[in-house]
Amino acid sequence: MMPGIKDILMILPEIVVAVAACVLLMVEFLCRKGERTIIGVFAILTASVAAAISLYLMTTDYMGGVAFSGMFILDGYSTMFKLIFYLATILSIVISFYYTREEGIKGGEYYTLMLFSLCGMMVMASGRDLLTIYIGLELMSLPVYVLTGFLDRDKRSVEGAMKYVILGGFSSGILLYGISIIYGVTGSTELTAIARAFGEAGGLTPVVGLAIVGLICGFGFKVAAVPFHAWTPDVYEGAPTPVTAFMSVGPKAAAFAIFLRVFTEGLLPVYEHWQVLVAVVAVATMFYGNIVAIVQTNIKRMLAYSSIGHAGYALLGLLPATNDGVASVIYYMFVYLFMNMGAFAVVVFMRRASQSGELIEDYRGLAKNHRALSLAMLVFMFSLAGIPPTAGFVGKFYIFMALVDKGMVELALIAVVASAVAAYFYIRVVLLMYMKEPVRTHLTAESFGVGLVIAVGIIGAIVLGVYPGYLIDLIQRVSALV
Amino acid sequence: MVPLSWYIIVGSVLFLIGVAGVLFRRNIIVVLMSIELMLNSVNINLVAFSQYMEDLRGQIFAIFTITVAACEVAVALGILIALVKSRGVHNTDEIDTMKG
Repeated sequence: MMPGIKDILMILPEIVVAVAACVLLMVEFLCRKGERTIIGVFAILTASVAAAISLYLMTTDYMGGVAFSGMFILDGYSTMFKLIFYLATILSIVISFYYTREEGIKGGEYYTLMLFSLCGMMVMASGRDLLTIYIGLELMSLPVYVLTGFLDRDKRSVEGAMKYVILGGFSSGILLYGISIIYGVTGSTELTAIARAFGEAGGLTPVVGLAIVGLICGFGFKVAAVPFHAWTPDVYEGAPTPVTAFMSVGPKAAAFAIFLRVFTEGLLPVYEHWQVLVAVVAVATMFYGNIVAIVQTNIKRMLAYSSIGHAGYALLGLLPATNDGVASVIYYMFVYLFMNMGAFAVVVFMRRASQSGELIEDYRGLAKNHRALSLAMLVFMFSLAGIPPTAGFVGKFYIFMALVDKGMVELALIAVVASAVAAYFYIRVVLLMYMKEPVRTHLTAESFGVGLVIAVGIIGAIVLGVYPGYLIDLIQRVSALV
Repeated sequence: MVPLSWYIIVGSVLFLIGVAGVLFRRNIIVVLMSIELMLNSVNINLVAFSQYMEDLRGQIFAIFTITVAACEVAVALGILIALVKSRGVHNTDEIDTMKG
């Protein structure tokens, strides 16, 4: 069957992003050396145009339809995730302007790679076939590997990239092996056909168990779940800070998008078999991330472990395999977008001249010197810790409610204990800023862009906490999977 | 005719050799070769299933896997060159500035 105009229209946002990225690669040669900001501006424009098209498509009849013989689906679920990706890309490009100038990063392909990664994430969210999902996954990851190694003066950057690419290749090998077994058992790679085949066959054979383990390994690596988290701290520390912000929000949300879709759509008939495995992984992830974060001295590493911990909470939202669970994870990803992007924007704001802004000690007594900046960091830390009335609290609340509705009260209680542990290291940063005397003056960025992202983060982290109704209703209305 | 199980056995043996290579070899080039071995064992699986079930999907998937594997190696070798230039290391246990 030939793809028609309908298929092209449904995939238009992806086409716009991919074509614009290719064109920008060429435009870069027309720019004078060092004048690469314009590429970033065009990248932001591209993401905005694609966002507008996605929002427009939501109002058309194409919604809920499949394109390219079932390879691709345009539904509310994928559109919600795409909004997260657009926002993550735009916000990280905005903080990149200052950071690349400060660090002397020249290449304009920096922004183009982000667009390619964005395109991969969008394909993942809309993938309805393991083939599309895998291609999207690699299209998302490969540019991020390169972006991680972009700071060629810093040893840690290239080292992080090398570790990332080796472990990433290893995990996608395991994921592919799982996919090949699923193909062999069910005779298809399309999620609905897989669900049908599993439903008819019923029962767990050792082979299916192996396939489930393969998928959990592959997806677990991308969301940084224990025991596949080993790359996270090194990569987060080594990568340029805006790239760390980008990959802690965008690719992580994209990995959750496929995790949820594959497990609640394709593997729903074997629910009882993967449920225990995912529960063990989620609990281990929450506790490991939150406990190891306590001893960190580098704030990027601390946020890396915090990101591992948050992956654990979000994985819990997968366990009920209900629409409420799915909606709670999407809401959590929105919340995480604002608070984490904001926290990394503060780290970028502290990067100035000789001050790396990466050590937690750099924040000692910040409140005496920079009242507004420390207040912003306070909001983000409270939100990450899940203290009301911030958005982090509401996000966790919805996930726990989805668990309780399905009768998994024990898991919800365990998660509450894990959040209590987490509160310690977030509040430690706040105490250091407010209760200690500064040992030296703090340098900060004089950048409107970074300040803007911090402001957006604060607004998101507070509005989604105080007034969650509109967004959660919208998500619940449009993003039913089961 | 060679039965399906033979292909699957070859595939899984190759896969395990690849996993062992990634976990136990120190030279980064050898590690990358082992990852290729893992991906190619998957291709054997996919093509064997595809032939057995007379369904083309698996063969198409294998072509995509080969393409992606090529891209991945290109990126990995690029990063390796940057690493060798800046540090002169070739082994996995020498990249230890950060302890993950």
